[in-house]
Amino acid sequence: MFKKLSMAAIAVALSATSSLAATEVTWWHAMGGELGKKLEEVAQKFNESQSDYKVVPVFKGTYPETLTAAIAAFRAGQQPAIVQVFEVGTGTMMAAKGAVYPVYKLMADNKEPWDPKGFLAPVVGYYSDAQGNILSMPFNSSTPIMYYNKDVFQKAGLDPEVAPKTWAELAAMGKKIVDSGAAACGFTLSYAATWVGLENYSAIQNLPYGTLQNGFGGLKTEFKFNGKEQAAFWDNLKKQQDAKVFKYGGPGGGAETAPMFYAQQCAIYMGSSASRAGVINNAKGFKVGFAPMPYDDTVTKEPKNSIIGGATLWTLNGQKNPDVYKGVAKFFTYLSKPEVQADWHQSTGYLPITNAAYELGQKQGYYEKTPGSDIAIKQITRGTPTDNSKGLRFGNLTQIRDLIDQQFEAVLSGKKTGQQALDDAAKAGNAILREFEASNSN
Amino acid sequence: MQTKRTVFHSRVLPYFLLAPQLIITLIFFVWPAAQAIWQSFLRQDPFGLKATFVWFANYTRLLDDPDYLNALGATFVFSVGVTVLSMGLSLLFAVCVNRVLRSGRFYTTLLVWPYAVAPAAAGLLWWFMFNPSVGIIPYLLSFLGYEWNHRLHTGDAMVLIIIAAAWKQISYNFLFFVAGLQSVPQSLTEAAAIDGAGPFKRFWTVVFPLLSPTTFFLAVINITYAMFDTFGIVDATTSGGPSQSTNILVYKVYADGFIGLNLGPSAAQSVILMLIVVVLTVVQFRWIERKVQY
Repeated sequence: MFKKLSMAAIAVALSATSSLAATEVTWWHAMGGELGKKLEEVAQKFNESQSDYKVVPVFKGTYPETLTAAIAAFRAGQQPAIVQVFEVGTGTMMAAKGAVYPVYKLMADNKEPWDPKGFLAPVVGYYSDAQGNILSMPFNSSTPIMYYNKDVFQKAGLDPEVAPKTWAELAAMGKKIVDSGAAACGFTLSYAATWVGLENYSAIQNLPYGTLQNGFGGLKTEFKFNGKEQAAFWDNLKKQQDAKVFKYGGPGGGAETAPMFYAQQCAIYMGSSASRAGVINNAKGFKVGFAPMPYDDTVTKEPKNSIIGGATLWTLNGQKNPDVYKGVAKFFTYLSKPEVQADWHQSTGYLPITNAAYELGQKQGYYEKTPGSDIAIKQITRGTPTDNSKGLRFGNLTQIRDLIDQQFEAVLSGKKTGQQALDDAAKAGNAILREFEASNSN
Repeated sequence: MQTKRTVFHSRVLPYFLLAPQLIITLIFFVWPAAQAIWQSFLRQDPFGLKATFVWFANYTRLLDDPDYLNALGATFVFSVGVTVLSMGLSLLFAVCVNRVLRSGRFYTTLLVWPYAVAPAAAGLLWWFMFNPSVGIIPYLLSFLGYEWNHRLHTGDAMVLIIIAAAWKQISYNFLFFVAGLQSVPQSLTEAAAIDGAGPFKRFWTVVFPLLSPTTFFLAVINITYAMFDTFGIVDATTSGGPSQSTNILVYKVYADGFIGLNLGPSAAQSVILMLIVVVLTVVQFRWIERKVQY
């Protein structure tokens, strides 16, 4: 007993001295499972690379939970130095001017090298203010891609090397798969009503999501996603569902979508490029194909770039010890190193954030060795981004996404047409935008 | 009847003795409640950097909001459903257990178990059993030709949360009903039996009216439970969907305030909920305790 106690005392003393030497930088994040392990490895390698600062990652649950926790902590004066906020929370964070320490300023104040041009354009654009300054540190950005089951394609008499290019082809192939009995359902979508089925649909088809360049131009933005094209797309999904070709897997990210793909119930799954590692691990007993998101050839002949999801790292104001910010700046410099970025990108499926990381991957021959791994980056960098495909910036988008989910469910259960549902969603969403504008102006 | 009265000669001592209870009440009940009332008059950004006093704007907006009225309706259906289902079943179980003499205790113990299950765990349990892709119940229902999908069908979703919430409350109701049944004098039922009343008649004309204080008490408790204590179940099973059909008031407070970070309207909703609790408590203490007597 005494031995145990003294061991514990020594351990405490040791950890106390080590933390005395290094300034601690708390990092709240939302990466569970495999991704969380990889993230901790990144922090640990940074800690081993120098001895002045110690980054302490803390898992805070889902993205919304992490954001809520950080806000509550900020109100109580207990905020972490770094918090990982998903892309949907960007509008909320940008409007909170007093709470956020913009990354371009942080790097300048601490004399760390900072070159915004080194980052991928679509990533930088999403997180810059109107003057072009990057406000948060890009970390894990993804974009939706298509995963398909090659074995089921074969069984259904389809060419397993050819994925559907358009939504019309997808419907035809899905029907063939279901009719032939190769799988019970053709395709399923994560974020069926939001990130994949409305936000990226609008961007790829070059349709406006909201006024003022999808909200980049200011808080007075209003939703425009209730266009007739989006309405027709939703009606089509309902039609596909009735024909058993499409299967809905729940609101938000769609908790049941990936499992239906793994269980070979659904032949095609559209989700984040960062699901790649999970898909490869879980796709037992069948070959997976990767392909870009389909486009709607009734709307456009020239699909635009898709938009990103994922998260960035925000620095919060109010740390009592100014050295902490020096540590944050050093850590961000470490994070943007090509080898660190390339390693994170290659082991998770997130996009390489910097051009240098992408080039490093090309030099290593990673993309040739790993087929499908460059689909996401090619899709996000194709063509010139328009006002409709640069991204989204709306306040309280988390809540608005919830209500869009609810409206989509009303379409799927046959209560509303696509147009009615989108009109209602736009109306309720605009009310939330006005509320956000009122509480963030003056 | 004589009651013993203790007289304190010190003026400070009684306050001192009351202090722990008072401090706890002030810190954990009065202070947060006052905060909620104050916030319900404010329009605030999530980080609390600026706040504007907006009088009743949060309330008027709420009452104009079709989603809020929908949540009121859903809450009504849900709490009535939970109360009727859980009380009906527990009364049935209590009557059955009351008739078996020897194994009564055994059944009582078994029936109390669900009460120890945390709401989120109960929600997850039912979510799993009713899961449209892998659940056992949709699979069994498919043989009867019913396609269960609480992701899409609003009725299915409501039934699911009613079952999950009622199941958890059965234990509590059951214990009270058993105790209530045991306090019904045996002589009355025997007298009724001698007068030629069958078991059903005896139950409805003798036992049930004598149980009514318990029944009324449980009705209030169950409604309160369904309205305020079912957040975990809704969160774990339906998250308020599909298309808002199971978005009950207490869940909406959470969704708007914690997910949506819309603090003013969320605080206004919790103030309205607080008022409902006050009304229910008054009903319980004034009306039930006095009117239901035999």
